[in-house]
Amino acid sequence: MAVPQKASQMRRGMAASAALLVVFLAAWQWGPGALSVPSFILPPLSMVFDEALRMWQVNHLLLHTGVTTAEVLAGFLLGSLLGAVFGYLLGMSPTAELALSPYILALQIAPKVAFAPLFILWMGFTVYPKILVAVLIVFFPVMVNVLTAVRGVDPDLVNLARAFKASRAQIFWKIEFPASLPPMFAGLRIGSTLAVVGVVVGELVGGNAGLGYLLSFGEGQANTPMVFVSILMLTLVGSVAYLAVIVVEQRVLHYMPARALEAM
Amino acid sequence: MSGPVRLEYRSVTMHFAASGGQKTITAVSEVSLAVRDGEVVSLIGPSGCGKSTLLNVGAGLVAPSAGAAFVDGERVEGPNAHVAFMLQKDLLLPWRTVAENVMFGVEIQRLPKAERQARAQALLAAFNLAEFSGRYPYQLSGGMRQRVALARTLAVDPSVLLLDEPFSAVDAQTRMVLQRDLAKTLRRAGKTALLITHDLLEAVTLSDRVLVMSRRPGRIIDEIAIDLPQRENPIARRQDARVHAYVGRLMERLDIGHATLGEPPGGS
Repeated sequence: MAVPQKASQMRRGMAASAALLVVFLAAWQWGPGALSVPSFILPPLSMVFDEALRMWQVNHLLLHTGVTTAEVLAGFLLGSLLGAVFGYLLGMSPTAELALSPYILALQIAPKVAFAPLFILWMGFTVYPKILVAVLIVFFPVMVNVLTAVRGVDPDLVNLARAFKASRAQIFWKIEFPASLPPMFAGLRIGSTLAVVGVVVGELVGGNAGLGYLLSFGEGQANTPMVFVSILMLTLVGSVAYLAVIVVEQRVLHYMPARALEAM
Repeated sequence: MSGPVRLEYRSVTMHFAASGGQKTITAVSEVSLAVRDGEVVSLIGPSGCGKSTLLNVGAGLVAPSAGAAFVDGERVEGPNAHVAFMLQKDLLLPWRTVAENVMFGVEIQRLPKAERQARAQALLAAFNLAEFSGRYPYQLSGGMRQRVALARTLAVDPSVLLLDEPFSAVDAQTRMVLQRDLAKTLRRAGKTALLITHDLLEAVTLSDRVLVMSRRPGRIIDEIAIDLPQRENPIARRQDARVHAYVGRLMERLDIGHATLGEPPGGS
């Protein structure tokens, strides 16, 4: 009876997960006091919560969250689109891949976030440098996964289509593109979390909007609860982005056997 | 068998560049054969003798180094709508339903949608797969998947079918059922087929003629006409005592059971 066993296993796992959350929150609330850790080092949960309410009213927390979310979304969409397009082009042209692979490798090894100051020099304290860092950082996992997927398409499948007199476009749209979707979504999942990293680094380096700005503002004021609120909100933005990718993935890849949220 | 020649190879020779060196390997050498309308001919031979190369030449996927293949008297210059092939791998597209997979070829050939669906439904019904038409490949057994592949091959209504070990990946009992389905379909539709197989019994029970190929460079070294009734019923043929004489002769021609048997040097 594999199925009920799996269901009960899942229930137990979720119960343990919820219990762990309660323990964690309790430790956060009462741990610092019990261990006499000063609140500017580790503010208890209630203080962070009060700070969140204060920031909501005074510091336009919602607006800054919105700015960061918009930057993450723009960077993620553009970066994945570019990554996918380059992945397909390089996947279909071995010559182009050979010619470009050393540069791609170098760019992939270079820490993308280190470009943030440069982009700010170029574009000023606007949203664009933040988006650009996210684009750059999202680009690679998507491109590499698409490239590998196009390379990995069974040549017999392509021959089957060719034997039916398929055109190059038909081979792409009917075989290579759908075959590349599962690895592409694996790349998009990684990209969705990396986009947040890219945007935050951009906001930390310079600017006057976004959660990264609130983060560094809080740091400058030695307002530890503000730093915590910013980190929590960033985690929330990243989680929503990741979940959105999963929801789309499950709709698109519905034909795959038993896809659960196993990778979460 | 009389009737027009559907598939013909005239002195087909195929060289490949050997991996690493400048040397070339001759995969097939001067192969000539003709398959007449409605005939089922099997091609057997040791591994690496170039059987699959011949299939690719017939399907127009590769051009031979010398000689040519002809389908319905026309020289094969590239993929063409008269030929369809089926491999050991079912090559079903996992993102398409069973019916959509069957329609894959006719969709590429841009048949009207209603016609595509009519063909798919008729074939699925003929193969007892109608109730699975909305399922996805991962939900099917290996034997069912292979039947869907056969339906996809037939959906384009080819005049020649090229079959490369189509049932070698399924279990023995499923294979017998699939062989029967194939034999019945070929007879009913009057299709011409070239079947590549390692299974001597499959070759004898399904074919009108069996061609034996040598080791590389592959040449045709024998041709055996199978003079048995009921080509549409391989299961009945299996029980015919004369089958064993044919299988015995094929074993002899292939040197099976002799000390010389083995992979050719550098064989694939």
